[in-house]
Amino acid sequence: MSAAAPALTLDCTGLRCPRPIIEIARHIGDVEVGALVELLADDPAAEPDVAAWCRMRGHELVGSAPPRFLVRRCR
Amino acid sequence: MTQVVEGPPAAGSCCLTLTQETDTPRARPGYLSRVAEGLSSVFLDCSSGEPTLPEARAAWQTASTSGWGDPRRLHRPGRLASQALDAVRERVATHVGARPDEVVLTGPLAPTAQAAVAGLALGRRRTGSAVVTSSVEHSAVLAAAAAAGDAVQVPVDRLGRLDLDAWTEAVGRPGVALACLQVANHEVGTLQPYAAAADACRVAGVPLVLDATTALGRLDATDLGAWSVLLGWAGAFGGPASVGFMVVRRGTRWRAPYPADDHQQGRWPGAVDVPAAWAAAAALDAVIADRDVVAERQRRLVDRLRDGVAGRVPDVDLAGDPVDRVPHLLTFSALYVDGEALTLELDRAGFAVASGSACSAASEHPSHVLAAMGALTHGNVRVGLTRTTTEAEVDAFLDVLPGVVSEIRARLGAT
Repeated sequence: MSAAAPALTLDCTGLRCPRPIIEIARHIGDVEVGALVELLADDPAAEPDVAAWCRMRGHELVGSAPPRFLVRRCR
Repeated sequence: MTQVVEGPPAAGSCCLTLTQETDTPRARPGYLSRVAEGLSSVFLDCSSGEPTLPEARAAWQTASTSGWGDPRRLHRPGRLASQALDAVRERVATHVGARPDEVVLTGPLAPTAQAAVAGLALGRRRTGSAVVTSSVEHSAVLAAAAAAGDAVQVPVDRLGRLDLDAWTEAVGRPGVALACLQVANHEVGTLQPYAAAADACRVAGVPLVLDATTALGRLDATDLGAWSVLLGWAGAFGGPASVGFMVVRRGTRWRAPYPADDHQQGRWPGAVDVPAAWAAAAALDAVIADRDVVAERQRRLVDRLRDGVAGRVPDVDLAGDPVDRVPHLLTFSALYVDGEALTLELDRAGFAVASGSACSAASEHPSHVLAAMGALTHGNVRVGLTRTTTEAEVDAFLDVLPGVVSEIRARLGAT
């Protein structure tokens, strides 16, 4: 994972998909382009779905180590 | 009009005759609504299995009247049942490019896959214990591989297609007992490079179990390459769900992984359900008889669905190969929607579909196929067209879908 500190942490522990994905979509705009969002999500669908969401929305998945995901806002 | 089954009864020696109805219409108006009676009015869940064909039902009725004997007995009812099973094996063999004595009549896919995999693992135990599969095989095949030896899963690309280089490398390693690959994926429809994968196995001297479940009756299966064991299941093509096939090529080192009995030379234990096997063969004959016409229509309808879903539902992830695929399947996922709600709302609107999302199947985990492909797993819908699905039904689905998706998104606060 990147050494850079996340500008925002979203704790979605205990929430079922698609809730964690809805939360990151809702809050990705809260950070500057280029900044990192840390998402905590322990739903089994989070690992494939965070990666798929980044691909679909054009963001970068910097780290994926469930339950911790690190996403860089790219647009 | 009836057609007398081909078989060896000497003239005048039999008073009972197994017949095959040949005048049953293939796609009667109202058939769809009858099979779906009490459920959604439009049945689009053919990925799990085709509704029972009228041909199969008629064949079962005929055979249950006259084909009930024990095929091992020498009396007349026994001979009739035995002849019926011979005819079933011959018809299956013709459709998969095999010899009748290579065809074993089995049960549903899970025990059939277990028998195929465990039997090859047993026959090859001195060579090794690794069982190579793709990462997107049917869960029954993956479970059989894990139970029989050291499972090795070869990855797929974004379309769900096998990484052939990785496969070739994996089957070429020492200690591989067998490999398993599907002809086409059962969730997203993508065709696998089965012939090239089989060649890699042949070069490595590794027997291949080819799972033809999704492909049988939908594409030409008479020349599927250098497989050692082929699997099929009648429920997938409108026959009884209790009947499967395991076709074991002569010379294959397969050993029965259960105590051998005197049914089917010990290759599958227990009595064969003759009427069900007869109905399975009738269903296979029926789907193959008009395969090209049905496949062409389904291909066009899935293209229409694919374009319609992509054009009318925002933030949707279409899965699987748009061209190189079986004709009847389309899988897609809508962002910010949960699959359970989507399935239930579509059912309420009159459309029965499947879903690979967690909670919408009997699992807490999302589809391993979608995850392996890197596809979105929530908000997943799997459409499987039946043989009788019409353009009007596809259009009606496309009219309803965008509203259902946006309503669920609004409810989840994701608009």
